[in-house]
Parts: sequence; structure tokens; C-alpha cells
Amino acid sequence: MTTYPSTWRRPPQIVTDRRWRIALQLGILAYLVLAVGSVDVDWARVAAGIERGQRFVLGFLQPDFTSRWKDIAQGLKESLTMTLTSTVVGVAISVPIGIGAARNLAPRWIYYICRSIIAVSRALQEIIIAIFLVAMFGFGPFAGFLTLSFATIGFIAKLLADDIEEIDEAQAEAVRATGASWGQLVNYAVQPQVMPRLIGLSLYRLDINFRESAVIGIVGAGGIGATLNTAIDRYEYDSAGAILLIIIGIVMVAEYGSSYLRKFLQ
Amino acid sequence: MSEIGHYSEVWAHRTPRARLLRWMGWLALVALFVWCWQVMTETTIWAFVSDAPRQAADIGSRMWPPRLSYLPELMGPLWDTINIATLGTLGGVIMAVPVAFMAARNTTPSPHILRPIALFIIVASRSINSLIWALLLVAIIGPGLLAGIVAIALRSIGFVGKLLYEAIEETDARQIEAVTATGASAAQVVNYGIVPQIMPAFWGITVFRWDINIRESTILGLVGAGGIGLKLQASLNVLAWPQVTVILLLILATVVLSEWVSARMRHAII
Amino acid sequence: MLHLKGLSKTYKTGDTALSDVTLDVPKGQIMGLIGPSGAGKSTLIRCINRLVEPTAGAVMLGDVDLAKLGKRELRRQRRRIGMIFQEYALVERLTVMENVLSGRLGYVPFWRSFLRRYPPADIQNAYRLLDRVGLMEHADKRADALSGGQRQRVGIARALAQEPELLLVDEPTASLDPKTSRQIMRLLTEICAERGLPAIVNIHDVPLAQQFMQRIVGLRAGRVVFDGPPEALTETALTEIYGAEDWNAMRAGDREQAEAEAEALARMEAIV
Repeated sequence: MTTYPSTWRRPPQIVTDRRWRIALQLGILAYLVLAVGSVDVDWARVAAGIERGQRFVLGFLQPDFTSRWKDIAQGLKESLTMTLTSTVVGVAISVPIGIGAARNLAPRWIYYICRSIIAVSRALQEIIIAIFLVAMFGFGPFAGFLTLSFATIGFIAKLLADDIEEIDEAQAEAVRATGASWGQLVNYAVQPQVMPRLIGLSLYRLDINFRESAVIGIVGAGGIGATLNTAIDRYEYDSAGAILLIIIGIVMVAEYGSSYLRKFLQ
Repeated sequence: MSEIGHYSEVWAHRTPRARLLRWMGWLALVALFVWCWQVMTETTIWAFVSDAPRQAADIGSRMWPPRLSYLPELMGPLWDTINIATLGTLGGVIMAVPVAFMAARNTTPSPHILRPIALFIIVASRSINSLIWALLLVAIIGPGLLAGIVAIALRSIGFVGKLLYEAIEETDARQIEAVTATGASAAQVVNYGIVPQIMPAFWGITVFRWDINIRESTILGLVGAGGIGLKLQASLNVLAWPQVTVILLLILATVVLSEWVSARMRHAII
Repeated sequence: MLHLKGLSKTYKTGDTALSDVTLDVPKGQIMGLIGPSGAGKSTLIRCINRLVEPTAGAVMLGDVDLAKLGKRELRRQRRRIGMIFQEYALVERLTVMENVLSGRLGYVPFWRSFLRRYPPADIQNAYRLLDRVGLMEHADKRADALSGGQRQRVGIARALAQEPELLLVDEPTASLDPKTSRQIMRLLTEICAERGLPAIVNIHDVPLAQQFMQRIVGLRAGRVVFDGPPEALTETALTEIYGAEDWNAMRAGDREQAEAEAEALARMEAIV
């Protein structure tokens, strides 16, 4: 009769070397201690803030839509128009750049130019772009429009280019075999394959642009963000709560609307 | 008709009605665009716009060359920025896990009360950018790293919560059924049937969000929530453009590095 | 040992999967359940441990009526019933040992299962079972690293870890090749004989059933139409069970399977 072990420990799954595991755990612990230690908190200020926090929560629960309605309406109008125009312009510019950034369609040098435009647009934060554009074009929604258009290019063109690179080569080959020109190739082989996704991405970007339009106002690029910034600066938490609720509401509507629209279009 | 006389000479991809609808749709979009454009540019001062290229050239010439001697001064704020992102991600994930389990259809304890609440938390957190959270928190608990960390954490709940609850809903029901059949309690079913299945998704989502959070935490300082953004704000205020260049380059390098780290880690997990 | 009385199941869609099934399974008997897909085999087996909720009837295991139990008591009774699944249903990302130990979940408190600190006796027993099914050296491997036959062996070890009084086996060989199927069936019958365990085995492969089962029950459209020893399973009996070429029943079959799974899933939601 053999005897069987009466203890069992789960073998480590990722880092199998015991020394490495201990070193890793110690490293994480040390980092956490250092990181938490470098956060110096002014507890008196936080305690004072609790009262304000309560007021904010109250403001959120009992939002005040009316007393600043004129400002809110103005901000919303700017945000919504900015969102739409920047998405349209951004997508319109993205299409040629996206095609140019697809390895299987564009000549080498165009490919590199388009990919670097995309890389620059993706690497820079919307806020940072907005700061510069506000400095150049002055305060207001026009700078916001430019910011969002630029950010849209990086997003749409990249995903579009990746999509085009993944299209079914057999279909493109078949069209090419008929002696089609480059333009006909794009029109017949590429467009039908990527169009549904482009529409989906555009709707998604519309949603993102609206959310972003609420932020870039903080640095002076117009929209509801500017109104929100003012409300918080004046400690008018009930108005701020109202604005946040409106933003959440519009985002929700946009999300449901765009998923509905995507289904409808397919 | 027993014989087909001739083929139609025009061929159309869609029925006339569908084509009409499509054209109407595009027309409506163009009209909407034009109208929005007019509303938006009502207050635009075109003199500033036409002046923009000159302004751009002016700023560009001021920004170059970057003041590299400013770099050592930025290391402290950079450390803070990384801490904001990491600790914020940690806090966000800790809060997101219970929310995700409440929001997933197959694990929610109450589909009619807790699930809608969890879904609302997710939407609210996702709709509001971390910069806005930071703006609020700076007003409430005062400027500093803590506001930044909490802002990042609050914004992360929605992102992590949404992706995680989708992963929970996509788990293989047969494995859960088998664990249930042994007579396991609800907590044990979660621990043995669900958690092992969502672990790779969990780590992937966390690392991905950390990468995004590094990006976002670089600018939180603009509203006073600590990190390298504070230096950016200060330099912009005094129009120290060569310093701005250095800061932007440093942010860019950090973002690229964090993207590389996160891609490597996700690769190792999956 | 197990006694089903007037067991019926009608799904929310109105499809009747079982009507008035009465069966007795004595201790130590291995009973094969055959029938065209859609005859209610999956439903029957899942009604016993209530992964599917029966509409009417009684499920007597010893002298406990499983159909009447509350949530907590049901969980305690489920420990007495081991279940083996069609596609193994192992937790793929856990080790083989954890999968076997998960058979003890109904016996240990949460903290033990969470920390994987099972009582020494459980661990010894798990090793003994792994040795019995021939997987001793695979204990620390992850379940998804094993072959189909090996996974089903782990599934058997998991069910046995429960120290069950009854085995429910749902199409144990459906995803295995013929040779492995035979090996698994042999292992199952040996183990049942060793322990005097009664088992209900859903099986679509009639020759396999005839070779390994002591008793065969034929289901058709939710009713028992055959009940006897394998030798009595003649051509006429098979025609009675499977029909000549009953395509409608086949189609209803896929639906029954889907419904059984859907309901088990829905119950999962209620339990978790």
C-alpha cells in the first residue's frame, strides 16, 4: 500500500523561480511604500473638504438647472456643434490619410508621411493641443473644433488604415485581375469591406468627441467645459451637478443612439 | 412570357427608394454640418484666425531650442505623475471589481436594484473625464497628489468595470455548472468557476488602463492635481516656451515608454 | 437508492421534455440512458441534481426528496451526487489538483477553498484518485494542457472526490475517439463496481451502451419506452426508441438540448 502526500501547494504560474518571485514581491512592496510615502496629504485641508464634498453630493442630488441656464445652454450649444463639425471634418480628412497609411495601397513614401501624421496626433493629449491652438487662434469654440478634428484624425485614420491592411486580399486580387485602375480598386474592393466599420468608428468618435469637448473648455477652447469650470470656481456645486448630469445623460443617449444607428445601417 | 426579350440596360445596386433615402441622409448630414458650423463660429473673431500662422511661427521660434538644463527639476514631478497613475489605477481596480460583479448578468445579486446602480456608476465614471474629476476634487479636498490619485481612480472604475463585467458575462457556463454541481456555495462558485476564467482579461485590462492613466496623469497638474502638469502650467503662465518644449518632450517619452511596457506585459500575460 | 416518481419537465417555451418518468436505480447498478437527441436525456439527468428545475414529481435519493429542498439544503445534498460532463467541464485555467479538490467544495469552508488549504485527508484522497485514474504525475499541470481522455479522467476523479452515493454521467465519450471512449467507459464501470456506486449514464452510442451497461432505459419524447437488460435491446426495441427516421424528433432534439442548457444557465444566475 503506497502512501500519498497529505500536503499540496499550488505551483506558481507566472514567475516560477522562487528567488525572482521574492525579489518581485519585495520590489512591489518597496515601490508602494515609497509611492504612498511621497503623497503628502494635508489632512486638515481634506477634513475641511469633507463639508464641501457633502455640498457637492447634495448639489449632484439636487441639481440646479435654472439659475445658470443661459450659460449652460450656451456651453451645450458650443459643445454639440463643435462635436459634430469636428467629427465630420476629422473623418473627411482621415479617409485619405487612412488610405495613405495602408501598406497594401500606398507607395512607401506616402505611407511613412501618413503614419507619422497619425503618430503625432495620437501621442499628443487633446488638452495639450488645445492649449497651443487656443494660443494661436484665440479663445472660443473654433480652437476646440480644430483640436477635436486633429485628435479625430489620429483615431480614425489609424483604425481605418489597420482595417484596410487586413482586408481580404483575394477580393482585391479578383478586382485587380479585371484590369481595374487604383481608384476602381479602392472603390470596388476596399470600400465595401471597410465602409460599415468606418461608419461605426465615426459614430464612436462622435461620442468620444462630445466627452472631450467637455474637457478642453477648461483651457479656454469653448464648450460646456468652460461653463463647468466657472461653476466649480464659483463653488456653485448645484449648477456643476446639473452640468455633469447633462453630460452623463447625453453620453448615455449617444451610446444607445449610436448602437441603434449602427444596427440600423447594417 | 416564355422568352426574355432583352436585358435591362441600366443596372442599379439599390432600389430607387433606398438610393433616395441614402441621398436624403447625406443631404441632411451636410445641412446639419453647415448649420452647426454657423452656430459654432458666431463668436469667432476671424482676425485671430487669419493671424494664426504668424502666431504659430512666433511660438515655434520661441520654443526652440529647448532648455535642457530644466530637465533635472522635472524628475520629482515625473515620479509624482507615475505614482498618480499607478496608485490611481490600483484604487480604481479595487473599486471596479465589486461593481463589475454587480453589473454582470450572471453574477449580480439583484438584477433589478443593484445591477442598474452598478451600470449607472459605470456610465457616470466613463462619461466624466479624469480632468473634470480632478477639477472637482481639487475644489473639494484641495490641490495635490491625492486629488489626482482619486480622480484617476474614479475615472478608472467605469473603464475597468465595463470591460470586466463583459468578461464575466462571456465566461464558459459549463465550467460554472460543473463547479455548482459539486455542491459549492455561491462564493466558491465565483472563486473556482469564474475567477480563473477572467484572470487573463483582468490583468490585461488593468495594465491597459494603467497605460492610459499615465497619459492622463501628465496633464492633471493643469488644474492643480499634482505631477508634471503643474510644471507645464507654471511654465505656460510665465510664457517660458523653451521649458514647455522640454516638458512636452518628456511627456512624450514617458507615454511612449509606458505604452511599450504595457504592450510587453499584456503579451506576457496572454 | 435513487427513485424517480412521476418526474415531468415542461420548459417555459411550452416544450415538454419529460413526462411522468418513474424509475428505480438500485445500489451498484450502472444504468444507460439512450434515445434520440431531444428525448429528454440531458433534462432527466439535470433534474436529478436540479441543475434543471423539475416541473412535477419527486426525486428520492435514499429517503430525501431532492425536488423539495431549499437552496442551502440542496447544496448539501448535491455533495452526494457526482457529475461527469460531456466536454469535461474542467476549470481550464486551474491545475489538475485544484480541479480534483474542487470536488470537496461542498465539504470545506470558504477560507480553506480560497487559500487552497484543504484538510490533509482530502489531499491524500485526491492523490489516491489521481493515481487510480492514472494521472499521478500530471497533478501540477494546468487542465488545459491535457488531452481529451486525460481531461475526462480528471472529471471522473473530481466526481469521485465528492465521495458520492450516485454518479450522473452526461455523454462521457461524445468528444472522444473510439479507443479512448472504450478506455473511459471501462474505467467508469470498474470504479462503479469497486465502490458499489450506482450510475446513470447518458449515452448516444448504442453498441458502447450494450457493451458496458447492466441495464438500459430507452427514452423517447420524454417517456420511458424501453427498460431492460442490454440483451433485450433488439432491432424492434431500437426502432421503438429511435423511430424509423424521425426527422422531426431530431430537430426538436437540438431544441431540447439547447433548452436544458439555457435553463441550467439561468439557474446558475439564481444560485450565484
